[in-house]
Amino acid sequence: MTKNLRVKSSEYIDETNRISFKFNGKTYHGFKGDTLASALLANNVHLVGRSFKYHRPRGIMTSGSEEPNAIVQINPGTNRTEPNVRATEVEIYEGLEASSQNCWPSVEFDIGGINNFLSPFLPAGFYYKTFMWPASFWEKYEFFIRHSAGLGKSPTSSDPDIYDHRNVHCDVLVIGAGISGILAAKNAAKNNFKTLLVDEKNELGGSTIYENNEFNKIDNITSSEWLKKEIEEIKGIKNLEIKTRTSVAAYHQYNYLLARENLTDHLETNDKTNKIRQRLLKIRAKKVILATGALERPLIFNNNDRPGIMLSSAVKKYSEFYGVACGSKNVFFANNDSAYESALSLYNKGINVDAIIDIRDQSESKIVKKVEEAGIKIYWSHTIVDTAGYKRLKSVSIMKLSNDGTSVTGSKISISCDCLGVAGGWTPAVHLYTQSGSKLKFDEEKQIFLPNQNTSNQISVGSCSGDFKIDQIIKNLNQKLKDTLNIKETDLDNIKVEIDQENSKRNIWLLPSDKHLGKTKPFVDYQNDATAKDIKLALREGFRSIEHVKRYTTTGMGTDQGKLGNMHALGIIADTAGVKMGELGTTTFRPPYTPLTFGTIVGRNVGKFFDIFRRTPMNDWHIENKAEFENVGQWKRAWYYPINGETMHQAVQRESKAARESAGILDASTLGKIDIQGSDASEFLNRVYTNAWSKLAIGKCRYGLMLNEDGMVYDDGVTTRLGENHYIMTTTTGGAANVLGKLEDYLQTEWPELDVYLTSVTDHYATASLCGPNSKKILKKIIPDLDLSDENFPHMTFKEANIGHIQCRIMRISFTGEHSYEINVQASYGKDLWEKCMEAGQEFNITPYGTETMHLLRAEKGFIIVGQDTDGTMTPIDLQMDWIVSKKKYDFIGKRSLYRSDTMREDRKQLVGLLTDDPNIVLEEGAQIVSELNKSPIEMLGHVTSSYFSPNLNKSIALAVVRGGKDMMGKKLFVPMENRNINVTVANPVFYDSTNERLNA
Amino acid sequence: MFLINCPYCGERDQQEFKAGGEAHIERPKQPTELSDDEWAEYLFMRKNIKGVQFERWNHAHGCRKWFNMVRDTSNDEIKAIYKMGEKPPSQ
Ligand SMILES: [Zn+2]
Repeated sequence: MTKNLRVKSSEYIDETNRISFKFNGKTYHGFKGDTLASALLANNVHLVGRSFKYHRPRGIMTSGSEEPNAIVQINPGTNRTEPNVRATEVEIYEGLEASSQNCWPSVEFDIGGINNFLSPFLPAGFYYKTFMWPASFWEKYEFFIRHSAGLGKSPTSSDPDIYDHRNVHCDVLVIGAGISGILAAKNAAKNNFKTLLVDEKNELGGSTIYENNEFNKIDNITSSEWLKKEIEEIKGIKNLEIKTRTSVAAYHQYNYLLARENLTDHLETNDKTNKIRQRLLKIRAKKVILATGALERPLIFNNNDRPGIMLSSAVKKYSEFYGVACGSKNVFFANNDSAYESALSLYNKGINVDAIIDIRDQSESKIVKKVEEAGIKIYWSHTIVDTAGYKRLKSVSIMKLSNDGTSVTGSKISISCDCLGVAGGWTPAVHLYTQSGSKLKFDEEKQIFLPNQNTSNQISVGSCSGDFKIDQIIKNLNQKLKDTLNIKETDLDNIKVEIDQENSKRNIWLLPSDKHLGKTKPFVDYQNDATAKDIKLALREGFRSIEHVKRYTTTGMGTDQGKLGNMHALGIIADTAGVKMGELGTTTFRPPYTPLTFGTIVGRNVGKFFDIFRRTPMNDWHIENKAEFENVGQWKRAWYYPINGETMHQAVQRESKAARESAGILDASTLGKIDIQGSDASEFLNRVYTNAWSKLAIGKCRYGLMLNEDGMVYDDGVTTRLGENHYIMTTTTGGAANVLGKLEDYLQTEWPELDVYLTSVTDHYATASLCGPNSKKILKKIIPDLDLSDENFPHMTFKEANIGHIQCRIMRISFTGEHSYEINVQASYGKDLWEKCMEAGQEFNITPYGTETMHLLRAEKGFIIVGQDTDGTMTPIDLQMDWIVSKKKYDFIGKRSLYRSDTMREDRKQLVGLLTDDPNIVLEEGAQIVSELNKSPIEMLGHVTSSYFSPNLNKSIALAVVRGGKDMMGKKLFVPMENRNINVTVANPVFYDSTNERLNA
Repeated sequence: MFLINCPYCGERDQQEFKAGGEAHIERPKQPTELSDDEWAEYLFMRKNIKGVQFERWNHAHGCRKWFNMVRDTSNDEIKAIYKMGEKPPSQ
């Protein structure tokens, strides 16, 4: 079976560099320059996979990224393994291993192949119809489907490779380095445009480079030879950057494109180490020149999917570019002249071409005459009605085509062959063009979609714009370049082009067979096994929109995104439904054009820097003292400080008691701090807080509640008046950035007349909060000359002082209900301040406490935490904080909303305290609250928002929001849990020191 | 991904900006005089036009300035950008 089908040395294959690789466990040889596909074909391996639904044997069909069948797993079982890779795009290297996908136990003997014989029972929509009923069976079906589908395996260990992102800016981006792209890039760069030329292949030149058509000449040499000289020339042009192995994946608005540059995939494993594997280029181009070329279409006939059936252009590329004969008995099937170019190419290399079957009745072109002269048999007006051969094509059966192309007549002729090159015409590759938002129109004469309305600064040139002949390409390219680059002359003005003019074509979307359609398998989408009859069935079942037919039949939905079969699907729908293709429209081509690895999308693995942590100036101290941390936004905050193996509960109980009995200290540096200055600062605060600010004396602090315009609580915090026109506002830790944004919004857009300036100073200060009955004594030790008497420094006031040479701002404010001071110093002195407090507090057993204890202490006092006890649906009235809403102020943000009928409803959820009848039971936060247990459905009145065991009260306490809770004081309610119902009583939310004696102590 | 011409900084990538909804909805000067319906009109009602729409944008990760944009939502063409307080361009 194994034989060498290498026909002639090719300049793109280095025969001195022999490479061994494994495919499905067997060792083969190829040469440097081969793709996995070309090397397999050189070893006469066509069978490379099984189809998705019927598990039919499938072979290599194409030579590029449009490949639907040769989908392989690269380096299986290693941490570099990659599924769903097209064998046509893999450059081989020593040691490469690849295996077929979607076959078990092997590609040669595949159990799923039984689906092929069951196929009458697997029509379009089969999965939707069968596996949806009964619903309870879905789990069983899913198991079965997943096991039989098996499209590749993802690696199970981490990716060893490095990936990267790069921003690229250029004047002109040229996509595709075929003849059009090369000439466009050359002229752009020569006219001083910073130009980037990208191509997905490793060689420049596109298909012209191996065309070798003696009838296509530029300046008296073949277009292939001429282009090679151009390629040499552009390599030296400054202003021009060329990137090969670079595939544009997405084309977004405003000429923003994403491209994947492949850097190491073609290297041997040892050479891949410590190099960037793939780089995502984020390109902003002033102008984009699309030179993406065209894709050859297959023809749709019965059993058109056997291994050995390929695109005619691929057969040619394998012979001309890779020096590989795809078969020893070759036949072509055509509706245009392209197949003749391929046939002649094989013939000139001494490869056997037995026949060409052409659905046209004649062609006058020179190349057809040349093929006839070579003695190759041409069957005009014939079509293939069937093919034979299970794992490799053995023969084709042909019959005479009727004049209208809908049926066949006469007797059947069988032609034996092992390779069939199919030439169904060319489809412009407009995928990227449509991704950019530009619109196509259907050209009825050429039967193709063409670029029509550009939405961004772009042009399409060459075959992707419908120009297939070199003279046309160059003439139109020349004009488009002059227009878009605004230049007067190009070096294309004076070149001489000779071409073979005939370009006749006969388009039949679905070719007839002697058998009834229902008994045939004309595949439209090879990867998803969608046939022409599936599409017709979908139409019979009432689907009309192309998008619906696509989803129902899964046509065009595989990794190849319907690059080959989409046009045929549209054509068959149009023919069957009796509408024009132009009216039908086309489906949306979505990014990526070719699949991207996750690594490329993610970019560089920056480990812990992926999501930045913010740490306070005291952070090192917390670590040294074994604090546990919690994440609050991006902040790492000390959560609690366990000693001697304490649990969290034990630590928090100890810290909470210490803070009330003697002294505690909290790192409050993360609180948001906004510096507010300007002659209208007081007026501004009046407008953004619910309470009044104009009369706040300098040196005084005030708690403020900020609403959204809808009346719901947005943030809270203490603001201090530092001077006549100077305030410092504190916000919640998590709300700091949003509050600043919101205030800026009002200042800039609603009240530009106010003279107010906002500056975020959160990171500029470190804050230590000293709390407890001994806090005053500790502060006195640190700042002996500051008068801490209640007369000089009462609750809710502020003093500036010095600790040694360090300036500090001290606020006597409290979030715990204890006598407390918040000491703010320049951030760099934060740790010094903290250590001074600890040292001075030693004799009072000063206890550092974390956020958990802070939450507990404030809950004992019934202080809310915005975002925990509120959720964007709570007004200050709902929170029973009516006292903070000014009745006198004419307006503030959210005021009007407090008088809406909805916000004034009596039965809104309101904040209350909850006490469990059994004081040892601590409720779960989030638990539901009900009043009746025997009703169905049970009406849910609200939920628990904060819940703790209070060591200072020696019982559990909770805050909750309960519908109509304000009027339920003393009412018995229930908290139903999984195994029990907990009895609770509604209480005042201030559990501790409701007269605030301790604050002023 | 848009390329947005901040009136203060010049062309920048869209990811530096934050969209701020419909433009030219002025906060009522005397909210307390409004009926519930009138207040609801200001508070909740926004157009969602397929076509030319006036929008507020903020250069959030740049100069932090707010400005206005005229954008065709059907093809995302940015037709005009102007500062807060400036008159919208006539169509
Ligand atoms: Zn800006």
